[in-house]
Amino acid sequence: MGMTMAEKIIAAAAGVESVKPGDIHTVEVDRLMSNDGTTHLTIDMFHNNIKNPKIADVSKLVWVVDHNVPSDSPKTAASHKKMRDFAKKHGITFYEGKGVCHQIMMEHHVRPGELIFGADSHTCAYGALGAFGTGVGCTDYLYAMVTGKSWVLVPETLRFNLSGSLPKGVYARDLILTIIGQIGANGANYKAMEFGGEGLAALTMSDRIAICNLCVEAGAKTALMEADDTALAYLKEHGREPKHVFSSDADAVFAKEYDIDLSFIKPVVAKPHFVDQVVDAKECAGIKIDEAFLGSCNNGRLEDLRVGAEILKGHKVHPLVRFLVVPASNTVYRQALEEGLLDIFMEAGAIVMNANCSVCWGSCQGVIGEGETLISTGTRNFKGRAGHADSYVYLASAATVTASAIQGEITTADRIS
Amino acid sequence: MGKIFQFHSDVDTDQIIASQYLLFPTIEEMKEHTFESLDKQFAAGVQKGDFVVAAENFGCGSSREQAPAVLKALGVEAVIAKSFARIFYRNAINIGLPVIVCKDLYDNVKTGDEMELFLTDGKAVCNGKTFVCTKLPAYMQGILDQGGLIPSLNKE
Repeated sequence: MGMTMAEKIIAAAAGVESVKPGDIHTVEVDRLMSNDGTTHLTIDMFHNNIKNPKIADVSKLVWVVDHNVPSDSPKTAASHKKMRDFAKKHGITFYEGKGVCHQIMMEHHVRPGELIFGADSHTCAYGALGAFGTGVGCTDYLYAMVTGKSWVLVPETLRFNLSGSLPKGVYARDLILTIIGQIGANGANYKAMEFGGEGLAALTMSDRIAICNLCVEAGAKTALMEADDTALAYLKEHGREPKHVFSSDADAVFAKEYDIDLSFIKPVVAKPHFVDQVVDAKECAGIKIDEAFLGSCNNGRLEDLRVGAEILKGHKVHPLVRFLVVPASNTVYRQALEEGLLDIFMEAGAIVMNANCSVCWGSCQGVIGEGETLISTGTRNFKGRAGHADSYVYLASAATVTASAIQGEITTADRIS
Repeated sequence: MGKIFQFHSDVDTDQIIASQYLLFPTIEEMKEHTFESLDKQFAAGVQKGDFVVAAENFGCGSSREQAPAVLKALGVEAVIAKSFARIFYRNAINIGLPVIVCKDLYDNVKTGDEMELFLTDGKAVCNGKTFVCTKLPAYMQGILDQGGLIPSLNKE
């Protein structure tokens, strides 16, 4: 019987011929990413709870300060210092203020065929390069950091066969939100989501990262795409070689298959307070907004900033709206600067911030107050996610967010002349 | 015996413990903010041995281990739901907080009801009725029995 991509990567990491869904295997973890959301707790447990505290292979570790950077309080500063000092002492690869962890990982570390643990749920983004990335808590992280290993329950796979191409003005973000709306917030719980088909070939790396990154919002354990020419070209451009390029066998068994014609996808919006509350963007037209956010590991890449700048050029941000533009990494930031995109944003009245998670996680910059409404390219719209418990977050594409920032209310880019 | 605190479907980890408290130095400092957006009285009202009962997909969203950790620190005996989101489920077992799948309990109880849990038998008794719970796979039960993943590592 054939195997899926997820099964092949787990089999390789477990050092066995084959695996099947439901099996539990001990695996060698290739890479371990952690950020300032939980690392301070991991360090405390390393010092206080482990009998023989040691790091199995420090070259596997990547630590990123991205959630509250620069720090916003003495408590945050203390947690960052703990992380910084530990990384220095043990020689851990460490980034601070360089960008959002997943963007850093894509730019500098992820290789096709790797099994990667990230102490962050959006680690599934790495599937855009054919790697099995999965989010874990700090205890799982610590165990893998100390032993180099972990246990994995082999997931079933949902296969999405993409055909056609996205219409003009419709983006990968509309596609993945549509899929999440269709299968629900737990539609892929405990499962892998695999994407393929001729429709995938036309999608850029930025599109692919946006798609894989958001799969956890359907509960997925991981997301996977075969590393094709586009992925391998990206890898080469960033100076890396694949570990192994896997693809699902022709007779692999999928729990369910979905056929999606990209030409039918429309601009959509996920309404508060669930990512699967997805409706046609036009249904939300006219809803007043207080803030708009263009950024995050999901939609803060150069391609997204280009989309926003193109729409914003010659317009002004609505006087009652704060429009936050936050590049996903410093690489993106400098490219946007070079292309003149940041000039366009600032000329129009947007606030351009340093590369970080920003209001997507609602604890650092740009948090919204009681009763306020945000339209965002971030990852989540949970109650209180962007600040006050009684506030509202709508998720949409870079185009819809920018158009709404101009209008002061939710609208699609085709309404901006 | 413990008291039930009931929550709906799709309770995400931001509701269990909001982002703005995650970088607090310790779980002890975070725990008083547990479920703050849904029930401001929860942290002060919950007592050791009480239960959280929920519908589908409990603990969806972020991988923050602070979510099961604050529940455990407040003395919650177990979380019983129709289903759990994957990362929360795994994190809870890893830190030694029992997470139990029970399809029938949620629709037959309410906040404030007294319940008794028989973990090894896989059943809960509430309002004179017995509810059968799904048992954990042996591997995960083994981790839980040792008090979590780190105690099991220390025994290796």
